Amino acid sequence: MSPEPPGEDLPAVDPESKPAGPTAGRRRSHVLVGLLVAMLGFALVVQLRQEESDQLSSLRQDDLVRLLDEVTQRGDDLSREQTALLAQRAELLSSGDSRRVAEEAARQRAVVQGILAGTLPVEGPGITVTVVDLNGTVRAHTLYNMLQELRNAGAEAIELSGARLTASSWFADSGTGVTVDGVPLAPPYRWTAIGDAQTLAVALEIPGGALASIRNDGGQTALEQHELVQVTAVRELAEPAFATPAATAPAG
Amino acid sequence: MIAVIGLLIGVVAGILVQPTVPVQLQPYLPIAVIAALDALFGGLRAHLDGVFDDKVFAVSFLSNILVAGLIVFLGDQLGVGPELTTAVVVVLGIRIFSNAASIRRHLFKA
Repeated sequence: MSPEPPGEDLPAVDPESKPAGPTAGRRRSHVLVGLLVAMLGFALVVQLRQEESDQLSSLRQDDLVRLLDEVTQRGDDLSREQTALLAQRAELLSSGDSRRVAEEAARQRAVVQGILAGTLPVEGPGITVTVVDLNGTVRAHTLYNMLQELRNAGAEAIELSGARLTASSWFADSGTGVTVDGVPLAPPYRWTAIGDAQTLAVALEIPGGALASIRNDGGQTALEQHELVQVTAVRELAEPAFATPAATAPAG
Repeated sequence: MIAVIGLLIGVVAGILVQPTVPVQLQPYLPIAVIAALDALFGGLRAHLDGVFDDKVFAVSFLSNILVAGLIVFLGDQLGVGPELTTAVVVVLGIRIFSNAASIRRHLFKA
């Protein structure tokens, strides 16, 4: 755009082609034109920036409503998905927990049954009884009686001269001593029983009881109570050949 | 010349100030800008025709903006704001095109 010719004094035509009156203060109107065009530039830039900064404001109402619907629906979908995922997560967590609990319970059961079945070496408070049988007159029946007395007194693990005694243990007389579970044992017999030491000692010492029977057979007994005794002998369990768990049996 | 300087000053001022448009004015500002552009192109064409006049330009500039704004305002009140805005933009756009064609003929003789 070239500068206006200074001598221009022609009748002007505006965009609407209206005739215009003559001008008086040209310098002032020049400034006015500059001012108006400056306003235009200013407004133009402001509007451009406005459109850049806020794209939503240029949308029509229908578009805005549709956009809002879409956003709302998307939000609903996402919240539903979140709920499902949270439920799934809780389920996984709880199943993990219950599996851990079940594992813990199974481990504890295995320990208890291992102790009862004699497959685990155990330790705890208890007593030791040494039976000296110089003449070889202590009979298997007497030793078996001793085992029953210990069980009655609450002994939880019993060992006789390296043989772990359990529910299926048996005694038989043999030439030099006794046979326990097929293993010949010779005197002196060393009993180790884990349980309440006081109770076990009292139970064995009662008149006419286990120790008295051994003494009647001609043996000598020495009973000691200990804070900690160890039963290290274990048994190998045979797989049951006939018995299987009943289908309706309660678990455990 | 002063118009070009004014345009530059306005653009620079707009960039520097970075004002936020009031919400009530937001529908009218683009229309006002289009109307002013129409007046600007008309003034440029008049200048090339050798019939430019400052006063006429100022009056047409302001009245263009005012009428366009009034039409949009009226349309808003009648509930046909967007449609009337489109109509104003179309009319002003046609005028800008015809003015631009005149300017082109002046500048390129084609």
